[in-house]
Formats: sequence, C-alpha cells, structure tokens
Amino acid sequence: MKHDMPAIQLIGLTKTFGTVKANDHINLDVHSGEILALLGENGSGKTTLMNMLSGIYQPDEGNIFIKGKAVNIRSPKDAINLGIGMIHQHFKLVDLFTARENIQLGQRNNQAFSPDEVCKKLGLKTDLDKKIYNMSVSEKQSVEILKVLTRGADILILDEPTAVLTPQEIESLFKILRAMKEDGKAIVIITHKLEEVMNISDRVAVLHKGVNVGSIDTAKADRFVLTQMMVGRQVDLQIKRALAKTGDTILDVHQLSITAADGQKELQSVSFQLHAGEILGVAGVAGSGQKALCEAIAGLQEISGGSILLDGKRIDGLSPRDIIKRGVSMAFIPEDRLGMGLVGSMNIPDNLLLKTYREQPGILLNRKSAKNEAARMIEGLDISTPGLNTPVQKLSGGNVQKVLLGREISLSPKVLITAYPVRGLDIGASMRIYDMLNEQKLKGVAVLFIGEDLDVLLSLCDRIAVLSSGRLTAIVDSKFATKALLGMKMAGLRTDKEDAYA
Amino acid sequence: MTFAQQLLAFFYAAVLASVPLLYGTLGEILIEKSGNLNLGVEGMMYLGAIFGFLGGFIFDSAAMALLFAFAAGMAGAAIYAFITVTLKANQNVTGLTLTIFGTGAANFIGEIIKDSHAAGTVFISDKVKNVLLPLDMGILSDIPVIGKLLFSHSILTYFVIILSVSMSIYLNRSRHGLNLRAVGENPAAADAMGISVSKYKYIHILLGGGICGLGGAYVSLVTAVGNWQPNIIGGQGWIALALVIFSSWSPTRAIFGALIFGALSVLRLYIPKNIIDIPGALFSMLPFIVTCLVLIFSSIKQKREHQQPAGCGVNFFREER
Repeated sequence: MKHDMPAIQLIGLTKTFGTVKANDHINLDVHSGEILALLGENGSGKTTLMNMLSGIYQPDEGNIFIKGKAVNIRSPKDAINLGIGMIHQHFKLVDLFTARENIQLGQRNNQAFSPDEVCKKLGLKTDLDKKIYNMSVSEKQSVEILKVLTRGADILILDEPTAVLTPQEIESLFKILRAMKEDGKAIVIITHKLEEVMNISDRVAVLHKGVNVGSIDTAKADRFVLTQMMVGRQVDLQIKRALAKTGDTILDVHQLSITAADGQKELQSVSFQLHAGEILGVAGVAGSGQKALCEAIAGLQEISGGSILLDGKRIDGLSPRDIIKRGVSMAFIPEDRLGMGLVGSMNIPDNLLLKTYREQPGILLNRKSAKNEAARMIEGLDISTPGLNTPVQKLSGGNVQKVLLGREISLSPKVLITAYPVRGLDIGASMRIYDMLNEQKLKGVAVLFIGEDLDVLLSLCDRIAVLSSGRLTAIVDSKFATKALLGMKMAGLRTDKEDAYA
Repeated sequence: MTFAQQLLAFFYAAVLASVPLLYGTLGEILIEKSGNLNLGVEGMMYLGAIFGFLGGFIFDSAAMALLFAFAAGMAGAAIYAFITVTLKANQNVTGLTLTIFGTGAANFIGEIIKDSHAAGTVFISDKVKNVLLPLDMGILSDIPVIGKLLFSHSILTYFVIILSVSMSIYLNRSRHGLNLRAVGENPAAADAMGISVSKYKYIHILLGGGICGLGGAYVSLVTAVGNWQPNIIGGQGWIALALVIFSSWSPTRAIFGALIFGALSVLRLYIPKNIIDIPGALFSMLPFIVTCLVLIFSSIKQKREHQQPAGCGVNFFREER
C-alpha cells in the first residue's frame, strides 16, 4: 500500500496576493520515481505553487500531503526536514563561500551524505573548494543540486533550471535528473519550454492563470496540445522571418574591447557589421558581455579599445544624447523590466517626452504632442492601459515592453538595439513583439537583437553572432546554423570539424 | 626625558586611546557581519559610558559597572534590532537615531546625577578604579621597556585583545560563524538552508551592542578616571565605524587600525612645541581627516573577501521576489 502514496499530494491549494489569485484551488500529485513537468506561461502561478512547498509562502487555503501525511510547511527549514529540496531560478548561494561551505551551511553534524559521495554517484565533476564567484552558471547549479541531495532530499523541485544553460549543459543536467529518477526521487521541473518538457518529463501538469487545467502523460502529448492548454487558445507557433533586402552597412563595430572598473575584461576585440534591413541576433549565456555591448553602442559605457562606426563615422566617445540624435535607439529589458529605459512612476506621455523634450522650444513642456503620440501608440500596438495618465509600472509586463519598444520605434531610428524584448512575456505577446521587429526590418532599420531562446534566434534573425565570456566566437547565417553549433560556440568550444582541420 | 622614553610614553598613550575605538570597532564588525549596518555605535558607547559609570557609582563594584555598561549597550542595540529586524525599518535612519538618543540620554542622566549630589562627590571610588585602571604586575611591570609595553595595562585592554582574536576564530573557523557570514552576505541563501535569519541577526546585534557598551565604560571609567564629563565619547563611535572599513571587517586587523587611530589622537601631546608648532585644533582634526582618507581609499575596489557583507543595509523579507 505504502508505495502507492504519492510523494506530494496537493489538495485545493490557494494563494492570493492582494486581489490576484496566484493559485486557485490547485490539486496535484507527484509520485516517487517520476519527473513531472509543471508547464505554464509567466505569471501562471508555477513558482508560487512550488514556493508553498518549499516554505517561502504559506497557503491561504488547502492541504499539502507529503508521503500521505498532512503537513504544515512554515519555513524552508520545515521543507528540508520533510525531504523537499528546491533549486530556485535565482540561485541561493553565498558568492564569497566555496561550494563546500555553501553545502555545509546551517547543518549540524548530521549531513545525510557527504558531497564527495553524491558527486561520485551522479558523476558530477564539481570542484568543491572553488569559490562560487569563480564558477560558471552551470557549476553553480550543480552546487545547488548537491546542496539539496546532501541533505537527503527525495523530492526535488527545479524552477526554470535551463534558462541560463547552453544546450550541452542542459543535456548533462537532464542526465543527472534521469539518474536521480532511477534513484527513486520525485522530481518537479518548472519550465515554459515545450521541447524540454517533451524531452525530460514523464507527465506534464499545465497551469493557466493560477488554475491547474489538467495533466497528461508526456508520451500522449505533443507541442500543440500543450500550447493550447498553456495559453488557453490556439496559437501559431511559427515565428516568421520577414524577407527584406539587406542594404548597406550601417553599424560597424571594430575590434571593440571593454574593461570594467575592477579590471575584468567584459568584451575582447569584438567585430561585426550590421546592415540595413537585417536582424542580427546575439546569442550567449547570461553575462557573456551582452550588456556591455549594448551600452557601448548606446554610449553608456566607456570603451577601452577599438571603434564603433555609424554610417562610416565614429560614434564611440560621443555622449548618449548625440548618439540618439544620430539615430541609434536602444530598448534594453533588464530582469526587473523597469530598471532601464522607463520611469515606472511616470505615465506613457511623460516617458515619451523623456527622449524628445529637448527638441521642444521654450522652457515649459508641451505635453500635447506627446499625448497624441501616446494615444497613437496605444492604438497601434494594442497596449492595454486604463488611460493615458496611468503610471507605466501599473501596466503588465507585456504592455510595459510594448511601450519601451514603441517609444524607440517612434523615433524612427537607423539602428535599433533590443535586448531580451520578450523576457517574461507570454507566447501571444512575444509574437506581437517579433512582428514589430520584422516591421522595422522591412522599413530598412538595422536591428541588433540580444536574445535568450535559441529557437527564437534561429527563426527570427538573419545572422547570429555568438558571445562567449566577452569574445565573439562565431557569426553564422541562421539558415544554416543549428542549436548544437550555437551551444558549442556559446560554451567557447571548437566544433569537431574545426578540430579536424586544426 | 630622552627620546626613547618619549617614544615609549607616546606608544603607551596610543594604546590607552585605542582601546575604546577597538571595542566600538569589534562590536560593529559583529553587527555588520549579520548584514546590519548600525550607525548607532556612538550612541551605544554613550549608553555604556553613563550606565557603566552609574553601576560603579551606585554599587561600588567594578563587575557591576561592566555589567551595567554591557547591558546598556545591549539595550540600545535591542531597540535598533527590533526596529530594523522585526519592523524592517531603514537601518541608516534607525542607527542615526540611536546615536542621537544615546548621546542625549547619557548627557541628560549625567547632568541629573551631578545636580542631585553635592559638588565634588560624584566620582568612582578607588576600590572600583583599582580593578579597572592600568595594573601594576610587580616584577613583570618593572621590566624595562617590555614591562611598560606589555604588562601595565588595564584589564579591559587585555580583554579586548582576547576578544578580537576569539572573534576572528569564531567568524572564520566555527560553524556558527559560517552561518553568520552567510546571513550577512546572502540572507535568502541562509534562509533556504534552514538558518533562522532573524535569530542570528538579533543575537549578534545584541552582542555587538554590548561590546560597544564596554568601550563606553572604558572611556568614563579609565580614560576619564571615573569622573563623569559631558560629551565624553566625543566622536569615537564614528571613528570606530570608519575603523570597521579600515580593517576590512577583520577583528585582528582592527587591532592595528585602532592603534594607528589611537596614536593619531594623542600625537599632539608628544610632539615638542619647539620642533613643530602648529595649533592643537589641527591635531584634533587628524583622526577625522584620516577617516576621510580611509573612506576614499577603501572605495577603490579591493578583493571581494575584504568588502562589506553584501547584505548590509538591506532588510530581509522572505516573501520578497
């Protein structure tokens, strides 16, 4: 009877933030020796649900049963004692400590397994005495996994574990997960990438707007069924690459090097050319120098070597304002969305004015033109907002991003730099953003697209440049590129073919 | 006096002056290691100074004096801890308020005692002072040079050295020290590992406050030789705050930092007027000028291990995303 008990059983779990029901009476079972994928768009309540299991949040209603026993998880400590280990999307590691110290944290002498043992068992090659701040993202993730396993966790929750990994690293993570599954552990993996769901999971549960819309065996599912469950309607998943005539070189980045204040080399002689009517994608794991590149072109970051030419004239060393005047626009979406570009407490017209008020005569602001422009934008881009005077921070993520991108486009730039424009957006809103970029491309704008999702880069961009720890490791035509190739380049590895010729 | 004697006297005075700075610094290091920046060092030292004085005056006992001082510093820190850890208010503002409160309360109480007793009767008895003032260890203290340098200090001086060494061992070698540093660096990570962030913060903020209180008691009982004076701390708490940065959060490096600042503050008395004659006010400025320089130079990026705990100044909410 005993092994029929699900490892986790959630009944009627509800959590409300303010007026928003993040989780609405969710029922869910997870069994030992199975990998359950929890699928849903951003904001559908996946992380909230799992945070209730790991003791970060308290449910307002409903019950949690662990191995058949009703439990009350009041803190992460309770969760650990119940054998629940959560690997958060943003790692919870102390950067200054070594891996071993991080693993030892908060433990008395009752460590269930030694980290060395666990490493051996899973075939992990983590250097336990390396400091976290010297580690790559995937190494850090291994430490997170070690942390929970050394405590004897038999229920593992991974929150978007693949977001920051290269395809090769994802494959080795999945190998580890399969090994843990064989070991009889119950594993929940939160993701919104359909391919990974199909690849790794035994069963899929789909959340939509805080409600569990059902779960099916992965073997019986396909991408379209899952999308429909996830979005609640049929969606055309095909991203189109607009056919435009590639024009002259607009932006010429030549041997660009950037050294940060602490001596770290953020970019090392990066060269590429960006043409009119072209979308050039930039791939790379987070923190490979994407931010420095964008900021250097926009004039926000001092460069330590090389040059940046716009229409054959140098723009490096000019002030950001001069660079904007010459037609370079940047829409950088940081993780917190509002951090760079928009002022959250101001409304849409005022945010538009931020970039144009200098062109107005006199000392007083003329809001009328900005209001008209804002109204046009709301109409044209289908931005949902209660009114012109609503502060942008009250808008949903997708709408904020439309405002940001819309403002840059309204300046009719020659070069449009966009970084992570679909970060945190659902599929529908993402498609709208891709359409906007394609429209710009057709108008002859040179677009630099810093992206995260390789599938998107491959289908949207004309060419893809790959950054790896500040170096440009490849520029490839996306018609001929594969994910495996990009992944190899992102990791800074040479391909087999190159080795054969070397 | 020969030059060598002069030098020895200068060094001895520097040690005397450095002890309260070192107490304040150690207290604040312990607090900052828990991820809280407490600008109330000056206030907690004032509280320790007046209550240490009161304890000694009322009970005529050195132990009670020190107990009172420690408890008073802790009480000041407890207010701060409740407001910042439990109520999650701004740490800077709370710390500043604690300084203003401690300074005011100590001076106020001091005035009351002086007013309520006959002139010249408010001082600490010799019985108490004999315990706390620099010791005479007989033969040991009589050894030339070394006796004066090593074996003729206050019991509080020896204690503070032991304290800084044991604090260093606690922080860097013990399990609880590791947990504490994790709380200060990344409370969310510590929390996820089942460490009680609030408990660690409370314990170390309170202990740190008590240590600052001892520094205050040293000022009123040893430096001022048991006579209460208004504005007795006079900015030493602020210098201690700068010393925390100067010693890059290391209790053992703090010993040398405190010695340097102690030396600066007594330098004026040991430079013969016939050699350099500059106004005394300029000398009094020295520690503060050096503090400014320290703050400027320490803002230049250093090794990551030598920087302020990353969680300092930010209150921890578990549910924040």
